[in-house]
Amino acid sequence: MKIMKVRQIENGTVIDHISAGKALYIAQLLHLVESSLFVIGSNLSSSKLGKKDLIKIENYILSEAEKHSIALISPTASFIQIQNYEVVSKEKSDIPDVIEYLIVCPNHNCITNTENMSSRFNIDTKTMTVRCAYCEKKYTVDDIKFKRLV
Amino acid sequence: MNNLISMRDLSKAEILHIVDVAEQIESGKIKVNISDKVAALLFFEPSTRTLFSFDTAVKRLGGKTLIMTGTGNTSVKKGETFADTLQTISQYVDIIIQRSPIEGAARYASEVVNIPVINAGDGANQHPTQALLDLYSIKKTQGTLENLKIGVVGDLKFGRTVHSLCQAMSEFNPEFYFASPSHLRMPGYILDDLDEKQIKWHEEREMDSFINDVDIMYVTRIQKERFADIEDYNKVKGSYVMRREILSGVKSNLKVLHPLPRVDEIHTDVDDTEYAYYFPQAKNGVYTRQAIISILLGEV
Repeated sequence: MKIMKVRQIENGTVIDHISAGKALYIAQLLHLVESSLFVIGSNLSSSKLGKKDLIKIENYILSEAEKHSIALISPTASFIQIQNYEVVSKEKSDIPDVIEYLIVCPNHNCITNTENMSSRFNIDTKTMTVRCAYCEKKYTVDDIKFKRLV
Repeated sequence: MNNLISMRDLSKAEILHIVDVAEQIESGKIKVNISDKVAALLFFEPSTRTLFSFDTAVKRLGGKTLIMTGTGNTSVKKGETFADTLQTISQYVDIIIQRSPIEGAARYASEVVNIPVINAGDGANQHPTQALLDLYSIKKTQGTLENLKIGVVGDLKFGRTVHSLCQAMSEFNPEFYFASPSHLRMPGYILDDLDEKQIKWHEEREMDSFINDVDIMYVTRIQKERFADIEDYNKVKGSYVMRREILSGVKSNLKVLHPLPRVDEIHTDVDDTEYAYYFPQAKNGVYTRQAIISILLGEV
C-alpha cells in the first residue's frame, strides 16, 4: 500500500520535482503564507532526483510568470493541475531564453533600478546564469531576487 | 546597425566595416556631408575628451550639435522622467550621443526613441566607441587585428575601456596578458567570456614579465580612490608606471595605447619614443566616431 506523505488536494496546483531544499523559497516567492492553503513536502524520495521537494496549493493556478520564476529556481520542477482530486494537466518547467519584468537586477546602478521600467534578462540554461540586458552584468540564479508576483 | 550600444551587439563583420569606413574617411576616399543633420550630445556625467571628440566628429562631417552636460539645467531636475526627456529631445535631432553614469541607460534610450543612439559610456559598463577607436588604432599600427599579443595594465576591475577592448578583440584570436593590483584584477565575467571564446589569457603581477612579447601595451590609470588605504596605493603605484627604460627590449612593432587622461602611469619620457601612440590614438577617435555616425545616419 502506498503511504501518502503529503495530503491530497481537491482543486489547485501541485508543484512537483522541486530540487530538494528549494520549496520554502518558492513558497516565499509565491507569498503562500499570506493567503493560501498549502502543504510542503521536503526531502521526499524521488526516483528521478534522489530527493525532491513538493508543494500542493489549494485553489491556486500558477501564472506563466510564476512558472518561469519557479523554473529558474528549480529547472526540474513540474506543474500538475488538480480538479476534483483528479489530475487534469501535467507540464514540465520551461525556462525561456529571455525573462522580462520578473527579476530585480542586483546592480543598484542599473537603469532598471532607477527608472520606472521593466527589467529584461537573457537566460543561459547551460550555466544557469542570467545576464541583464541593460547593465550586462551576469549573475547566477542564486544571486538574483524576484519581483513580488502576487 | 541601428544603434551602437554595446560591443556585444556587434558582429566581426560590423566591427571590420566600421574600421574600414574610418580608414576611408581618414584617407579622404569617403566624403560624407551631414550638413542637414543635428546631433544631440547628452552628457549626463562629466567628460571633456569624449565630448570634444564626438563634437569634432559631427562638425567634420558638416553636421551641427546640441550639447547638454550634467542634469542641472534640464527638466530631469524638475522631475521629468529620463524617457520623457529623451523622447522630447529626439523630436529635435537626428541622432543622440549619450553618456550616463547609470549602467544600461544607453540601451534604454535606444528603446525609448526612434532615432539612432550612440553609447558614449554608461557607468562602468560599456564604452563601445572607445573600443572601436582602439581597434582602429591597433589595425593602423599593426596592419591587422588578427592573432596579436596584447598586454593590458592598470585598473582592470573598474576600467570599462579594457572590458570593451577585451570583448572587441575577442573576435580576432588575441592572446591577452593582464597585470593589475590584486584587488583590481579583471572581473570574472570578462574572463569567463574569454574562456567561452577560447581566447588565451595570462594574469601576471607586473608588466615586465610580458612587455617584450606583446604587440600592444594598453595602459590604464589606477585611481587612488580605489584604495581603502593610501599606503596600499603608494606600495603598488610604482609597479604600474611605464618608463622609457622598460621599453629597451620590446618588439619593434610595439605600440603603447592609453584611453587618456593620463596621470603618471606612463612617464612623459615615453612620449618621444617610437612606441608612444596615445595621442594619435585620440585623433583616431575622431575618424572612428565619424565612421560610426555616418553609418548610423545611413550615409555610408
